[in-house]
Amino acid sequence: MAITLSPEKLPLGRKPKARKPKELSYNPKRPVWKERPSPLYQTIKTLVLVLFGASIIVPILLVVSTSLADKDQLAKAGGFVLWPERPTLEAYQTIFNGPMVLNSLGVSAFVTIVGTILALFVTITMAYATSRPVLFGRPVVLAVLFTLLFAPGLIPSFLMIKQLGLLDSLWSLILPGIFGAFNFVVMRSFFMNIPQELIESARIDGASDWTILWRIVIPLSKAVIAVVGLFYAVGFWNSFFNALLYINDHSKWPIQLLLRNFVVQGSGAADGLGISSVPPSQSIQMAVVVVALVPILMVYPFLQKHFTKGVLTGAVKG
Amino acid sequence: MNSTTEAVPALPDADRVPAHAGGRIPGLGKGKPAKAKRSKPRTQAKQSFRSRLRRDKQMLLMMVPGIVFLLLFFYIPILGNVIAFQDYQPFLGIGDSLWVGWQNFVDLFANPDFLQAFWNTLYLAAWQLVFLFPVPLVLALIVDSLISMRIRRVFQSIAYLPHFLSWVLVIALFQQMLGGAGFINNTLRQFGMDPIPFMTNPDTFPVLVVVQMIWKDAGWAMIIFLAALASIDASLYEAAAADGAGRWRRMWHITLPGLRPVIVLLLILRIGDILSVGFEQFILQRDAVGAGAAEVLDTFTYYTGVVGGGWSSGAAAGLAKGVVSALLIYAANKLAHRFGEDGIFAKKVG
Repeated sequence: MAITLSPEKLPLGRKPKARKPKELSYNPKRPVWKERPSPLYQTIKTLVLVLFGASIIVPILLVVSTSLADKDQLAKAGGFVLWPERPTLEAYQTIFNGPMVLNSLGVSAFVTIVGTILALFVTITMAYATSRPVLFGRPVVLAVLFTLLFAPGLIPSFLMIKQLGLLDSLWSLILPGIFGAFNFVVMRSFFMNIPQELIESARIDGASDWTILWRIVIPLSKAVIAVVGLFYAVGFWNSFFNALLYINDHSKWPIQLLLRNFVVQGSGAADGLGISSVPPSQSIQMAVVVVALVPILMVYPFLQKHFTKGVLTGAVKG
Repeated sequence: MNSTTEAVPALPDADRVPAHAGGRIPGLGKGKPAKAKRSKPRTQAKQSFRSRLRRDKQMLLMMVPGIVFLLLFFYIPILGNVIAFQDYQPFLGIGDSLWVGWQNFVDLFANPDFLQAFWNTLYLAAWQLVFLFPVPLVLALIVDSLISMRIRRVFQSIAYLPHFLSWVLVIALFQQMLGGAGFINNTLRQFGMDPIPFMTNPDTFPVLVVVQMIWKDAGWAMIIFLAALASIDASLYEAAAADGAGRWRRMWHITLPGLRPVIVLLLILRIGDILSVGFEQFILQRDAVGAGAAEVLDTFTYYTGVVGGGWSSGAAAGLAKGVVSALLIYAANKLAHRFGEDGIFAKKVG
C-alpha cells in the first residue's frame, strides 16, 4: 500500500507515542490451544457467511445482468436473467437518448464534485484551526460535537433554505452537506497526531499558519483527506432527501430522485424519460439502477482501502 | 484487511499533545512566557487575550467558514424551532406570526395520526433494538473466528459494500428481488404459486425494515466489533484454554467482557437515535405499505409540515422528537456511568 494513515511513515523519524495497536488480522495458523470447531458449528458458520454474502451479490448481479439482457432472453426468462447470453447495450442507449438521465447525471456529478471540494475546504480549515490549543478552539469544538447529539429538525432547516432563497437551486443540495461533524473529528484527530516539531520549526522559520497548513499539514495528510473526501463524495452522490425537499424543477433532479420516481415508484418510465421506443421496461429500469450504482462500485475499492481506519479513528475519539 | 489497519493509533487527547503554551515556544516571538503571567494576573490576562487574538488571527480566520456553516444550518435553525409555539404563517414570518404557547403540542397529542406515528416509531425501534443490534456482533464473532485470511477479506469486501449504496438504490434492489413483479415472485408464478407481498404487507413491514437494515449496514457495523475483538489479549484465551475452558466458556468469560465497553457505547448511541428509525427508508416505502404501518415521527413531520403546509404542527412534532432523543441519550449515558462504563462523553468531551 502506497500511502497509509500511520504517523510512523512521516518523514521525520520520530517514534509516535501511541502504542502500535494489534492488527485486525488473524494468525493464519491455528494456535495450538484452539480446538477444531465441531462440524455442526462449522456448517452453521459457513451457511451464515455464504447466505449473507449471496444476498448482497445476487441482487446486484441480477440487476446488472437484466439491464444487459436482450429482448428474447428476457421474454423467455420471464423478466429477470442471472447472466446475459447475448449482452446488449440497448437499454443504455435508450435511456441516454432521452434528456432526463443524462441531465440528472450531470446534476449529481456537479453536486458531488463542487460539494466535495467545498466540504474538504471547510472541514480541513476547521479541523486544523482547532487541532492546536488556540483562542476559542475548545468552545468551537464543543459547538461542533453538540451537532452530533441534536438535530435542528426538518421544518426549521427547510425554512432556513427557503429564507436563503435556495429553493429549487442546486446549492440547496450542496450547502447543507459541506460539513460533517464525524469527518471533522476524524480529520482533527489526524492533524493532532502530526508531530509538533514540524510545525514549530516551520514557525521559527517564519511560516504563517496558512503556509503551515498548505505546505506541511496537507501534504502529510493526503491519505486522510482522500478518505474524508470519498466519504463526502459518496454522501453527496447518494443524497436523495434534500432533493425531494428542495427541488421541484424536473431538470434539476439528481439521479437518486430520478431513480426514486421512475423505479421505486414505477411511474411510467418511458414517458418521464422522454423515450419513444420502448424495449422491455424491466431492462430500462435496471439500466437506471446500474447508472446510479456504477460510480459507487468504481470508488469502492479506494474507499475500502482506507475507510476502516477512518471509522476507527472516529470511534476512538467518540 | 490487515494492510489497511496496521496503525490505528490510540489517539492522544487534545489537552495532552502540545504541552507548550499555545503552540508557541516561550520567549520566542509574541507568545508571553508563563512566568510573566503569574506576576500580574489581571492586566496580564487582558493583555494575553489581546496578544493571543493577534497571535491566533489566522487560525481564527480559518474557523470562519465552519462557524458560518454551523450558524446557518445548525444553530439558527435550532432557534427556528420557536415556530412550534406559534401559529406560523409563511407570509407573516416568524416575527409577526401569532404566539399560541403549547397549543400545537396539545393538538398533536389529540391527533390520532400523530399518535399512530408515535406508536409506529416506538414499535419499529423496539424491533430494531432486539433484532438488528445483535446481528453485527454475531457476524463479527464468526468472521473473527475464521482462520483463512482470504475468506475473511473476501467476505468483508462484500459485506461492507451495501453501506455505500443509497437508500433509494437499496429499496430499488429489494423491489427487483421481492416486489410484486420482482425476481422471487416471478419465479413463484412460473411454478404456479401465488406471489407473496413481501414489500406491501403492512403486518410484516417491521420484518422487512429490519431485513433491509441488516442488508445495508450489518456488515459495516461489524468493523467496530472486529477492532474491539482484535484488541483483546490473545494470551488470555491461551491461558483459559490451558485451564480447560472450552470455546463457549472463553467467549463468555473473555470475549464478551472484552467487548463490553464497545457494546455499551453503541447501545447508547442507538438509544439516542432510537426515534430516528430510518427516515429515507420509510419515506420511500410509505406509499407501498400505507401510512398506517410506515408513518413514523420523521415522515409525519415531513407530510404535515412540508407537504401539508402545517408548519407549526410539523415543527412541534420534530421538536418533541428532538428533545426526547436528547433526553434519552443523556439518560443512557448516565446509566452507562452507573454501570462503570465510559459512555460517550466520559469525563470530558474533545
